[in-house]
Amino acid sequence: MRIVVLVKPVPDTASGGERLRPDDWRLDRAAIPAVVNANDEYALEAALKLAEAHGGEVVLVSMAGPGAPETMRKALAMGAASGTLVTDEQLGGSDTLSTARVLAGALADMEYDLVLAGADSSDGGAGVVPAGIATLLGLPYLSYAAKIEPDPAARTVRVHRISPTGYEVLEAPLPALIVATQALGEPRYPSLKGIMAARSKTLETKTLVDVAVGAGPVGGAAATSRVVGSEAPSPRAATRVIREPADEAARLVVEFLAERRII
Amino acid sequence: MPGDAIWVHGELAADGSLAKISTEVATLARTVGETAGRQVVGVVVGADPAAAAAELARFVPRVLALTEPATADHAAGTIVGQRLAGLIEREQPAFLLTGAGPEGRDVAGVVSALTGWGVLVNAVGVTWDDGPVVQMSVFGGKLTTTSRLTEERGIVTVRPNVVTAEPAAAPGSVEAGNIFGELDLPLVRIVDRVEAAGVAAPIEEARIIVAGGRGVGGPDGFKVVNDLAEALGGAVGATRAAVDSGWIPYAQQIGQTGKIVKPALYLALGISGAIQHKVGMQTAGTIVAINRDPDAPIAEFADVVVIGDLFEVAPALLAALRARAG
Repeated sequence: MRIVVLVKPVPDTASGGERLRPDDWRLDRAAIPAVVNANDEYALEAALKLAEAHGGEVVLVSMAGPGAPETMRKALAMGAASGTLVTDEQLGGSDTLSTARVLAGALADMEYDLVLAGADSSDGGAGVVPAGIATLLGLPYLSYAAKIEPDPAARTVRVHRISPTGYEVLEAPLPALIVATQALGEPRYPSLKGIMAARSKTLETKTLVDVAVGAGPVGGAAATSRVVGSEAPSPRAATRVIREPADEAARLVVEFLAERRII
Repeated sequence: MPGDAIWVHGELAADGSLAKISTEVATLARTVGETAGRQVVGVVVGADPAAAAAELARFVPRVLALTEPATADHAAGTIVGQRLAGLIEREQPAFLLTGAGPEGRDVAGVVSALTGWGVLVNAVGVTWDDGPVVQMSVFGGKLTTTSRLTEERGIVTVRPNVVTAEPAAAPGSVEAGNIFGELDLPLVRIVDRVEAAGVAAPIEEARIIVAGGRGVGGPDGFKVVNDLAEALGGAVGATRAAVDSGWIPYAQQIGQTGKIVKPALYLALGISGAIQHKVGMQTAGTIVAINRDPDAPIAEFADVVVIGDLFEVAPALLAALRARAG
């Protein structure tokens, strides 16, 4: 099995320092350290387990800024064999449609059985790019996977798709695109050996001219939306601290909820 | 000549009724449409769209019901997206509003790729100023950004609980819509549907959420969380720590890699309020926390924090709520 995992470097949310650039309201990616998007790590872990069970290898594809290789090495250290980064000055400020077009273009040259993507990114949070890629490439699209069971001999894959009431068992022919969730399991920590090995793994960098983007214009200049303003939301009122014994505390909470007409 | 209508995608719930999120999106679209002086049209695509279409017509003046048999036993997102894109090409509306939940996102991604329309995502507010103006809450609620589409066309995905669903003064009409062309994208067969035990309404839609974290201590500790949720008529949520420990299913997880929720009340039991959890819930109307640790981050952003042992305070609260309900 050859599995492509789409990974995105995102600002480390734990840093709490995310901000927009004051001149164009784009995310200031230089302001804080980047990490691999958490949902993409679940996708990568699931892909590595599938490759261990069925043979084959996992490769990474990313569209990101020039600093991305450092973050992608972390994903290589987890066990991916190699990676491709599409990076181009023109791609700064890309919207979800551009991103889908570019990643679909990058995938168009590759051979794979599965493409795995995280459910959304912690920065943009759109959650619409994987469906766009599957649509542009004409791949079967299986979203919100809690379990992935390929049958390489039959060239099919089954996925448990999380539904509001439980899950649906979906089946599609390979190759297919699957959206991964945390329910697939905790990502592994890179071993020291993995970190050492990652240094010499191939990380190919492509620019826009190397990628067959056929579906329409891409990049910041072609963005279909723009941020026109930003403000801090009105701060929450000061916290009321209740330290009374349980029964009295409970009475005060009920009184508060009734005052706010919640109950 | 292109039309200028605002369309609303009506999602079907598992039982064929209209998903709650769609009643909210429809209410929002109607309000925006009134300001903009634009026609608002609901579109429902399904194997049996009648019930959901009738429900959607309580909210918007006109609803198109597209009968698409393939959704009966195939994953809906790609199919619905193609049918919407086909109809969009023909009828030339200006905007499509949909929910920002799993199906809305799938549909938005497909329609965007097929039509070339841009998507403004996760709206927490939509107003009109010669086009939709969309507020988004970003960086875990630290900032609210305002965005616009650069063209006269586009898709907006709307978060649950942004508006309260309100039917229109007079119900709208339902027409059978036409489906055009073949389904070119591969169909994904639904082999089985499995109901999970004890799964209540989707937490994104709940008006009240009672959530448990590491401090709840184990699956048994979730009993009082469940009881409180029941007493308040709310849903049960959890932190990643509680989900990773196997105390509660992933579908209930709130936070960065789980659901983003905006209930009227968020009651947090044994939850420290780490950033990864905070981003999923901090736009809740009211946050009440019960925590042993006065220095927990949640004590800084909750409206009320009870410092104490949750296994004493929560049962007392349950008793007080039950006494009040009589």
